[in-house]
Amino acid sequence: MAQVMRRAQGARRITTSFRNAEAGIWRTASRVAVLLPLTALVFAVTVLAIKARPAIVVNGWGFLSRSAWNGGQAYATTVNHIHGVAVPTGASYGAGPLLLGTAEAAVLAVIIALPISIGAAFALTERMPKWISQPLGFFVELLAGIPSVLFGLWGILVLGPFLATHIYPAIADNAPNVPVLNFFRGRGAVNGEGLATVGIVLALMIIPIITATTRDLFAQVPALPKEGGEALGMTDLEVARKVTIPWVRSGIIGATALGLGRALGETIAVAMISGAALTHGAYNIFGTFGTIAAAIVDELQSSATDATGFTTATLAELGLILAIVSVAVNLFARFIITRSSKIGAPLGA
Amino acid sequence: MTTSHSFPSTRKRRASTIAFRVGTYLALLLVLGPALWLVIGIVGRALPHFSFGVLNQALTPEGGGIENAIFGTLILMIGVFVIAGGIGVLAGLHLAEYSKPRKSGKASGGLLRTASDVLSGFPSIVLGYVGYVALVLGLHWGFSLLSAWIILSIMVVPYIAKATETSLRQVPTNYREGAVALGMPEGYALRKVVLKTATPGIVTGLLLAMAIAIGETAPLAYTAGPLPTSTASFTLTHHAVPYLTYLVFNYFDLSSPVTAKYIAYDAALLLLVLVLVLLVAARLIVNRTQRFSEGRHN
Repeated sequence: MAQVMRRAQGARRITTSFRNAEAGIWRTASRVAVLLPLTALVFAVTVLAIKARPAIVVNGWGFLSRSAWNGGQAYATTVNHIHGVAVPTGASYGAGPLLLGTAEAAVLAVIIALPISIGAAFALTERMPKWISQPLGFFVELLAGIPSVLFGLWGILVLGPFLATHIYPAIADNAPNVPVLNFFRGRGAVNGEGLATVGIVLALMIIPIITATTRDLFAQVPALPKEGGEALGMTDLEVARKVTIPWVRSGIIGATALGLGRALGETIAVAMISGAALTHGAYNIFGTFGTIAAAIVDELQSSATDATGFTTATLAELGLILAIVSVAVNLFARFIITRSSKIGAPLGA
Repeated sequence: MTTSHSFPSTRKRRASTIAFRVGTYLALLLVLGPALWLVIGIVGRALPHFSFGVLNQALTPEGGGIENAIFGTLILMIGVFVIAGGIGVLAGLHLAEYSKPRKSGKASGGLLRTASDVLSGFPSIVLGYVGYVALVLGLHWGFSLLSAWIILSIMVVPYIAKATETSLRQVPTNYREGAVALGMPEGYALRKVVLKTATPGIVTGLLLAMAIAIGETAPLAYTAGPLPTSTASFTLTHHAVPYLTYLVFNYFDLSSPVTAKYIAYDAALLLLVLVLVLLVAARLIVNRTQRFSEGRHN
């Protein structure tokens, strides 16, 4: 009997000592785990910088503006040495059109997405019964989860051909031949692949992000100032423009910047719909073009066949540029959002 | 929510109110309409040619089905669930419980939380390319399961960490106080009371992360490999993994095999179903548990 008691006490002591040590285990394990995101970011940028170095040396600053995409002799049968870097004969790379295309597509997407998102957020928060707005809001959140490859497939098979047949010709024929608007003249591919379709599809992909965030922001605006505005005889539009939107303006800017970051880095949908041009930008808004992200995924095979590794290095340089741009955009967005979440008063009012 | 009505003094003002209302509903329609169109477009192309035989035939250069891609996708998912799930939950635990909010300045957490946020917005293709350069080429693993697991996990850890952190912060304070009052050791209380209460939120985060992971294409092309006829197996290195998204991306306009585009449509349909199931399941968990949580007063 005494032995059983002693054994039970021993077992309890072990359990107790484990339970007392447990806090330390959780603390240590979580401290290690939380380092992963930062480590991964630093690792990613470092690896890209090291890999890209030969390409940066050879391609020079002109890489940012030049339009050229030529792998040179396949399988690198003859090799030149430039600044001590092995380069296949005839290889010449420039990312000018890709940089331009990335910016054009992302900006176009944001221009399309922002008004629609704000309008939809108003529809979801103002004067809509909860039993309708909640399922619709859930539906919008669902959209954010649809894989981009499905957007790509739909864009190239359904949306692109539809727009190219029914919408684009009407716009192209009626756009006046003056600066800026003459970019809307001219014809694109019959299946609709090109800048305009990519902009629309990217917009559809970032709309859920901006709409969901803006809706949550609008829901936080207190009712009193809005009702005060109405009591003064303001129309709904005036209340929206003078009370609701200024109240959460910086939050909307932050959400938009997040959407912009997503659009800049979007790959597969763009690779499927852009027409994957590497050496020229879009000649008109319907024209084919390329982006950095789409070029990286499209050039997988040619990177594998370049024995000198110069194509791989050039793609790393492209990746490094994209990484720096999107980290900058994201930091800007987070900065704005953090700042706005602390301030409860309307900004700029 | 306002319920009163405004009093437009002129016809123009009344018109502007109506135009604004119509405009917002039109915007909502422009959000929801294309989404329905997308679903109809994909289902409409896949269903007429769909047969269940596709699901249990492996893909060969001559045709076949998507069995190997389904298993490859599931294997990728299992690994990401274990790796990213473990790391992400622990990271979220640290952000919620151990990183003290600063008295002034940023909301809390500082560098580590910012890094996690930035990583969630990092272009997935660039991460994939890093995996290609560092793991596939650098460590000579070749296109492989292990490199895909690692890169996908890095990609989704921020989402899991965020969901875990949010969920832990919503655990009612009096649960913790009760645990302390009962004399529970700190770590035991954390596991049995705090983490247990936060489990539904954490599971939701995991499901969303899985939905993101199986929908990725770009980072997988550079790590799991662009070889859809490969067999699905748990071989860690030197063996490319087949997965559904690559079939959609690559096969929709391939001329050979002749059934290529139907394979792409079937893969797209299955992908859509898988992702929707994960997202709806995540939502149901949120709905069932939200009413008991603290910190959501709207």
